[in-house]
Amino acid sequence: MALKTWRELPIGCVVSEPGSASEYHTGSWRSQRPVWNNSKCIKCGICYVYCPEGCVQQAEDGFFQANMDYCKGCGICAHECWPRAISMVEEG
Amino acid sequence: MGKRIGMEVAVAVAEAVGLCNIDMAAVYPITPQSHIAEHLSDLVADGKIDAEFVTVESEHSAMSAVIGASSAGARSYTATSSQGLMYMHELLPIASAMRLPITMAIANRAVSGPLNILNDHSDIMPQRDSGWISIFVENAQESIDMSIIAFKIAEHKDVMLPVNINIDGFQLTHMVEPFEMPSQEEVNNFLPPFVPHATLHPAKPVTMGAFAMSDYFAEIMKAKDEAVKNSKKVILEVWDEWAKLFGRAYKPVETYKADDAEVLMLTMGSMGETAQMAIDELRAKGVKAGLLKLRLWRPFPFAEIKAAVKNAKKLIVTDRAASFGGPGGPVFSEIKSALYAEAKRPLIYNYIYGLGGRDVPVNDFTGMFERVIADTTSKEADTYEFWGVRE
Repeated sequence: MALKTWRELPIGCVVSEPGSASEYHTGSWRSQRPVWNNSKCIKCGICYVYCPEGCVQQAEDGFFQANMDYCKGCGICAHECWPRAISMVEEG
Repeated sequence: MGKRIGMEVAVAVAEAVGLCNIDMAAVYPITPQSHIAEHLSDLVADGKIDAEFVTVESEHSAMSAVIGASSAGARSYTATSSQGLMYMHELLPIASAMRLPITMAIANRAVSGPLNILNDHSDIMPQRDSGWISIFVENAQESIDMSIIAFKIAEHKDVMLPVNINIDGFQLTHMVEPFEMPSQEEVNNFLPPFVPHATLHPAKPVTMGAFAMSDYFAEIMKAKDEAVKNSKKVILEVWDEWAKLFGRAYKPVETYKADDAEVLMLTMGSMGETAQMAIDELRAKGVKAGLLKLRLWRPFPFAEIKAAVKNAKKLIVTDRAASFGGPGGPVFSEIKSALYAEAKRPLIYNYIYGLGGRDVPVNDFTGMFERVIADTTSKEADTYEFWGVRE
């Protein structure tokens, strides 16, 4: 998405499209990414519940993954995962 | 000519706002503004105007309430002073960033400490960079006129910015002065209905006051700066329209016997009328003294200031607030900055005076002129001094 110039900004920066925050990809903030070890995962969904970004999704096989467009790498999922199936790995 | 009446200025300001078809007001009382709050709430309670008066618990809430109401499309008004304005401070840039045309009267009063309820400009000066249009008035008539005019400027489609009107506390708010109050019909003719640039309404959902990161913040600040600068064109147009309708003309920099003046003084607010008497006394003695009255503080009237001082040898800038450890009073440092690149500019002197309500009689102003005229070596130029302090 091309960034607007100051002349193109709507007056008062009113956002007129509902839900347009999804166009803002917060994944660029991330310095660490969560990596699931599915051999430890018990599919409890704690990571899904605690993710403040709402970006953890359950796949058809029942395991979880994060949408990297939005994952900020906060590490809450890894902290909350009691079977310790999630580790935070430095982004290259 | 309208009918001339006499009334306390704060009450008259509330009467004038009552003519402006406001939808809501949220005003927390604070000396010396309280009579605006009290009289406006009377007008609502007595059914004289059809508006909501929100009895908020603080000035922070007052500004929050008018921001919310203005976002919903309501013509919204508030008023405050001193500590109340300081308490609103964090919300002021939000109102301007959201481009909400709120109008606010400020009954200027010294900021604590020590606690002092009387008049100076130390409350408005720290709000300078909040992105509001900022106007100073000198007497009852200007207080009333500007209270009405402010809505039209603020709500103009090419402006959409909040406006504050600075009315010296006590020295103006509590005076009973004669003035002409426009009629309801005249105000209706002058002031069109408020058409907001956006509203919070379920039929068309929008987000107002959203988050912005470093990728957009600078562009938003640039757009806000341009908006405040561009508002000047509309301010001048609206003042011209007012002059045609009511015969009272307003300019960003008012002048008094300034054209051929060798020594000029610059004042803001109610001190102008006393300074004018000093000019008359000096002129009677053959001194070529003149006066500039800075009405428009933001956007700053660069061109008008440059034009007004171009023939003067010396300029006395008076300040009613200090910038501790800084370059002088805030008005002084802005005027100096505005004239910095001019090939020919007067020597500029700065007196900080009238603090915390201290009276400034005519002979203080003549004394300032005498001091500056006597400074033949110019060694006092470009410096500031607290005028009249006991040594």
